[in-house]
Amino acid sequence: MYPLLFLVLQRLFLGALTLFVVSLVIFASIELLPGDVAEQILGQSATPETLAAFRTELGLDLPPHTRYLNWLNNLLAGDLGTSLISQTPITDLLSERLYNTFFLAGFAALISVPLALFLGILTALHRGSSLDKAVNVVSLAAISVPEFFVAYILVFIFSVELAWFPSIANLSSDASLLERLHRTFLPALTLTLIVTAHMMRMTRASIINLLALPYIEMARLKGATPTRTIVRHALPNAVAPIVTVVAINMAYLIVGVVIVEVVFVYPGLGQLLVDSVSKRDFTVVQAACLIFSATYILFNMISDLISVMSNPRLRHRK
Amino acid sequence: MKDKLFKKGLNRRHFLAGSAIAAGLTQLPAPLLASPKKGGTFRVSVNQGGTSDTLNPAEANGSQQIMVGWALRNNLTEIGPDNKLRAELATDWQSDDAATWIFQLRQGVTFHNGKTLGAEDVIASLNLHRGEDSTSGAKSLLAAVTEISAEGNSAVRITLSAPNADFPFILSDYHFQIMPVGADGTVDTSGVGTGGYTLKEWNPGIKTVLSRNPDYWKENAAYFDEVEVLLISDSAAATTALVTGEIDAIQSAEYRTLSQLERSNHVSIESISGGFHPTFAMQTGMAPYNNRDVRLALKYGIDREAMVKRVLRGHGIVANDHPVAPTMPYFDPDLEQRTYDPDKARYHLSKAGLESLDVSLSVSDSLFAGAVDAVTLYREQALSGGIGIEVVREPNDGYWSDVWLKKPFFTSSWGARPVPDMIFSTAYAAKADWNETQFNNEQFEQLMVAARSELDESKRARMYADMQLILRDEGGAVIPFFRNFVYARRKNIERSPEVASNWSLDGYKAIERWWQA
Repeated sequence: MYPLLFLVLQRLFLGALTLFVVSLVIFASIELLPGDVAEQILGQSATPETLAAFRTELGLDLPPHTRYLNWLNNLLAGDLGTSLISQTPITDLLSERLYNTFFLAGFAALISVPLALFLGILTALHRGSSLDKAVNVVSLAAISVPEFFVAYILVFIFSVELAWFPSIANLSSDASLLERLHRTFLPALTLTLIVTAHMMRMTRASIINLLALPYIEMARLKGATPTRTIVRHALPNAVAPIVTVVAINMAYLIVGVVIVEVVFVYPGLGQLLVDSVSKRDFTVVQAACLIFSATYILFNMISDLISVMSNPRLRHRK
Repeated sequence: MKDKLFKKGLNRRHFLAGSAIAAGLTQLPAPLLASPKKGGTFRVSVNQGGTSDTLNPAEANGSQQIMVGWALRNNLTEIGPDNKLRAELATDWQSDDAATWIFQLRQGVTFHNGKTLGAEDVIASLNLHRGEDSTSGAKSLLAAVTEISAEGNSAVRITLSAPNADFPFILSDYHFQIMPVGADGTVDTSGVGTGGYTLKEWNPGIKTVLSRNPDYWKENAAYFDEVEVLLISDSAAATTALVTGEIDAIQSAEYRTLSQLERSNHVSIESISGGFHPTFAMQTGMAPYNNRDVRLALKYGIDREAMVKRVLRGHGIVANDHPVAPTMPYFDPDLEQRTYDPDKARYHLSKAGLESLDVSLSVSDSLFAGAVDAVTLYREQALSGGIGIEVVREPNDGYWSDVWLKKPFFTSSWGARPVPDMIFSTAYAAKADWNETQFNNEQFEQLMVAARSELDESKRARMYADMQLILRDEGGAVIPFFRNFVYARRKNIERSPEVASNWSLDGYKAIERWWQA
């Protein structure tokens, strides 16, 4: 198992390096945006005096590299810092929203991943049938329209017309799991419609690719049923490409859902990030972006590990 | 009957309505019949604010902070539903020279933490906006204050460097909420106040939950048991949530969704005339805008009626190149309305020695809904007056810091002010920081200062009428319209027949003024 351990360590090191570069890029981008926190907070009511007072209070009068290094020092000491504007610790600010984001992503993944695998295998089995065509058309249509449009259509059908599900999440902190699932069902369904097609088509394509290989023909010749051929013989060899696509989509469910959050007024990380960018709240932006980047890096690493483990040739490399 | 009605705090007009019903004249509109009752939950959505909002009123600048602030706390004075100034934590105020003011404080009022309201709380709360280190957005409003001191424990004396008869109006501004002072002399900005609601959950950017303060000093206010203030920045989401009954009121209804709202049987749309107005501001210290005829040409080149009809879809009224709205005191109804006249525009251009005029007008979408449309329409209208306007779309971000007051000709927007002096001294006084038109008119300055100390109402009204005339004819701002506040509520939420027009949602006080039917 040494190669695996080596791979993990190597990936973790590269991941940390990536995070460092990301934080530099984000800091530079925020510096390039017009205006700073003081101007964004005071808006029209800014006067030179109040701006100066604000900047001194927040330490914005220090040169940029000093501010970045200060932030980096604190981070390395395990302190994400406080929001520049509200002065609340960032961990407090993030914790609930992070939980909400993971909850929604998890909910959507629980629906979409099994659904995508099932449909992928089903359409591979019945390649060229009208079922195959119908599933492809529907899933491609869902992925082709913008996500806010999918969201509005679902709201129109399920909230306005049928009144089955609420149109905005409006979660209360003491909501039961069942209520939470009910209130987040429409956003989760929207996300499912958006990510399923990608995973489903990759599953279908990988399996169909394998079906042309001689060992599958051998399986058929020895009399295995089509389902057994696919699930027992083809699928294990298709794991690597499928896992890669699933990982990308899982990461998307966490970092790419800003629009769905806005439409359903869902208090996740995305809204916080947009909010903080527009207010130039640099510390919050950094923290949120680092979480997003780390998510991508982690999911990529996990998918690579699974790919390696699913492949005996890589697993037992001499 | 009479006693009962007056006990409920109804004024004479409502009382008359009530007795007419008693006399059997039942054809009166239904809202007059409703009498407020306690109970229920009020879920209201606002669209300004974010996660980083604090409860410190010195930093307040959006509806989330203002509405929550006013549910938790009171000011010394407030603008009532009739748009008139009325007592809140001050019961009475007087001044002989309009420069030294004595505010009598309401007795027996306690904060949510049990502390009794005293002069020290008022002094500390107001001082939050004063002094070198203050970062308050309202610092300039109190710039004329030289001293705030206690007169015993039940009154506060405020001394101004120059007379200002409207000073009590200034104290109704949302920044000047009164908070308790702690043992160490600092003000408690955590949300403790004397208001009708206490803070149950503060999740800015998501949801704020408030519970009714059972000991609220104000009678006939704070009817809901619980209030939820939700921040919904997407207007489609807010509108749908209102239609499906997820929320009870929205701060702002977009014109394009009004027809959808009108079709719903459960929703009432409000369109309240107010003082919000955009300006197309010319820097009059700069050529060509230092030429009065160029300014007049630009003022005659705009079709205000068409603007109201097309940009506001009728939800507003035409303005007359001065910022005093008809809902404000001292508005002069006799001042002739300037109308669209391309020929006059050409005439003034030729008087200025110009064949035609080409200018650039900066605008951004974030100023108000339809801002870019308004400027584009202005360009079309001005063409027939020989004026070419180039529409310059600026980024939303940084508009106030990089474009406003910086470009020679730009679009700006102003919220309602309760009295003319507040907008004059903020945006038209020669020395004001935000004198966006670089306006400097000697007669105007004299009148402005004189009117502040004039205690004779009719003389004062004449002065303000003169100032409106000066701004209309000499000023550097083209003011197309006063926009209505357009918002909506579920029909099971009732309001009194009068609603304040200084802000949306009954002057941002719907939380304590409305009730559930």
